[in-house]
Amino acid sequence: MKKNLKNKVLLIIAVLVVFTYGIIGVPSGVSGKALMEALSNRIHLGLDLRGGAHLILQVVVSEAVASETDNTVARVQQDLKTAKLTFSQAYKPDPTKPQVIRLEGTTQPNASVVRSLLDTKYSNEYDVNGGGADNTWTLTMKPLVQKALEEKTVQQAIDTIRDRVDSLGVSEPLIQEYNLGANQILVELPGISDLDRVKSIIQSTARLEIHAVVGGPYQDETAALASVGGVVPPDEMLVHGSGALATGSDADSVYVLQRVSVVAGSDFRSADPGTDQNGLRNVRFTLTNEAGDKFYEYTSVNVGKSMAVVMGGRVREVANIKSAIRDSGEIEGSFTPDEVTILSKMLRTGALPASLNYLEDRTVGASLGADSIRQGVTAAIVGVLVVMAFMLFYYRGSGINADLALFLNLVILLGFMGFSKATLTLPGIAGVILTIGMGVDSNVLIFERIREEVRAGKAPSAAVDQGFAHAWVTIVDTHVTTIVSAAILFLFGSGPVKGFAVTLTFGLAANLFTAVYVSRVIFEAHLNKLKPGETVSI
Amino acid sequence: MELFHGVNVDWLGKKWYFLAFSMIFSVAGIISMSMHWVQIGSPVPLSVDFRGGTQVQLQFAQTPDIGRIRQATVEAGIKDASVVAYDVASNNEVLISLPEQTNESSLDAGRQQIVDALHAHYANQFTVRNVQVVGPTVGKQLERQAGLATLYSMAGMLVYLWFRFQLIYGVAAVVACFHDTLITVGFFALTGQEISLTVIAAILTLVGYSMNDTIVVFDRIRENLRLSRREALPDVVNRSINQTLSRTVLTSGLTFLTVLSLYVFGGQVLRGFSFALVVGILIGTYSSIAVAAPMLVAWQEWRGKSGKGTTLPAAKRARV
Repeated sequence: MKKNLKNKVLLIIAVLVVFTYGIIGVPSGVSGKALMEALSNRIHLGLDLRGGAHLILQVVVSEAVASETDNTVARVQQDLKTAKLTFSQAYKPDPTKPQVIRLEGTTQPNASVVRSLLDTKYSNEYDVNGGGADNTWTLTMKPLVQKALEEKTVQQAIDTIRDRVDSLGVSEPLIQEYNLGANQILVELPGISDLDRVKSIIQSTARLEIHAVVGGPYQDETAALASVGGVVPPDEMLVHGSGALATGSDADSVYVLQRVSVVAGSDFRSADPGTDQNGLRNVRFTLTNEAGDKFYEYTSVNVGKSMAVVMGGRVREVANIKSAIRDSGEIEGSFTPDEVTILSKMLRTGALPASLNYLEDRTVGASLGADSIRQGVTAAIVGVLVVMAFMLFYYRGSGINADLALFLNLVILLGFMGFSKATLTLPGIAGVILTIGMGVDSNVLIFERIREEVRAGKAPSAAVDQGFAHAWVTIVDTHVTTIVSAAILFLFGSGPVKGFAVTLTFGLAANLFTAVYVSRVIFEAHLNKLKPGETVSI
Repeated sequence: MELFHGVNVDWLGKKWYFLAFSMIFSVAGIISMSMHWVQIGSPVPLSVDFRGGTQVQLQFAQTPDIGRIRQATVEAGIKDASVVAYDVASNNEVLISLPEQTNESSLDAGRQQIVDALHAHYANQFTVRNVQVVGPTVGKQLERQAGLATLYSMAGMLVYLWFRFQLIYGVAAVVACFHDTLITVGFFALTGQEISLTVIAAILTLVGYSMNDTIVVFDRIRENLRLSRREALPDVVNRSINQTLSRTVLTSGLTFLTVLSLYVFGGQVLRGFSFALVVGILIGTYSSIAVAAPMLVAWQEWRGKSGKGTTLPAAKRARV
């Protein structure tokens, strides 16, 4: 019995040591400052405590679908031409349904050839319909394919944002899919209060692309429209230009460009800021192998024609193709130093596959965070002291037992936080405080039960035994229900609320150990010292 | 020291008083919620988390002149801005809110406008403490999630109690929980305080807490039912409540003290959260005695009258 007890005490001390390590690690000294430093290294504070920015972005996935079907439209036209099959047009009839492609004006004798061509080349990704008497075909992207494409787009956006944020040197950013809504991304940037710069870097969807120029520059949209006969063909688009290299002067101008890009954002392998022989800033880029081949093919048959560099929805530079280019080149333009850096950063990290909408944006200043810490900690200390004082007063000797258990409960809870790298938020501190109040419930349940047993005339050790045995059933039930509600909070909550659910769950789990096991061991140790005839102080 | 030793109160005898008390608070809450519904389209004032919109919290170096700030925003052409002093006056804090932006692409414009306007038109030094910009999509999303979370949480409890005790115990506990949630939310409506995300967290915690309290009483009822099978159910329930009364009062007293400490010292950010807990813990303790336990008895009496046998809702044995 005695040896058994010694082992139990050793186990408790071991737990205490392990979790103390979890809280502060191995501090560099024993001064208050060194301890605080060690503490702040281990316990991760949430944005609401240390200040920072919290963003929720939505990826406009329909853009990615649209650019995929744009490519398909171009491929269909190419394939039909190569097979020498006549058609009047291939286009996308409804801008709100980017997944639908329409092919019109094939001839009836060719219907079966067209069908087999469309079937063999496109039926993996598209549902092919039509080919009846009206010689019209519809290709609709399969829902599964579309869903996969959308998921890939969100994932790409996450990767790109992560790369860009990393290049900013933000410590411990959090970038992940936000599951509350479709195609949403959660971005948390500790320590950032100047959102504008971050946003300009994250958001510069500034999809950099190179498009073939159909016509331009025109003075305004009316002139540009006139050049294409009043209606923009479905495979072309109007784009405004800015900057001297695009317009020849500083005035705004309009270009008609091919809708499908020659080089897309994801085709760039690397990009670096530089200067040309005249000292002007430029960006040097290299393309991926595949894109390089494509670019070579295009430039070699289009020597003498113009290409437009489109960034952020505007033409930034128009260049004449002097000779075939394979996989490297320069983009010149009237760039500011910041623009060159951002542009090359973006090219290096890959372009965003689609543009982003901001759905939510919260910034907590560092001063508010510091105030919150002070207030939360004050509330916690007052709460703990009041509870501990009351337990001593009400249960006397056993109050010490409860207070020790409570103290160990706190150590384990904070140690958990340190080990698991869980985030402590302001509601999380509230969770710690609640844990104290609810944790002491187990002690109260047990002690009240022991008192009842003592009153019923049981000997001290039997009373303690019975007290623990009876209270145990209730304690399990109460803990399970609270943990169930905390778990649901964790699943549904976000940010600070999640932090609350985490501390509450950890706290209650630790409480099962401290209020039942530790408290029991202390009682046993105490009972062993009792002389016959003495009673437990409770 | 001992309180409540050998208490012998006939709790069930007072059930009509309890019913009246609960009805008064529930009905007052419901009336207040309907009035809010008519005025603002939601049963309680919602914080920017759910409502959407822009909220900028500023701290000034000197005491801010609310009138001047309001004028500065108007001069800058910012429409419908509300400017109010925030928290204790000595903090020199001001909260500026804009209504929901319907266009998500211009979501961020309001924040910048406010800060620019104050820089341009107002000399008093200030720092931006907190900015919240919530678009309509996210607000709606969160509203739905918060409602679902509360429902799931109660359903989870019901299933657990069904498994551990019996269905009627689960139903009684969930009704008590619903009663607590209704009255707590009613208090928010009555006092005109905003419900935010953290308040929802507090309410979910209350669901758990109220369950705790109810389970302690139910556990004792189950135990006593096994010990004395011949005793009438009302007597068993009364005795169980009395036996656990000491624990009930102590625990809720202690939890109440810690939550009160949070309310007093925890700062403005947690004010709504701690308010919900302060109210909820009182109501949750009351409801486990005054709502859940009487429901068990009422159910059995109804079964007796409708001739479905007079068996006690003898629960399963505890399995641990």
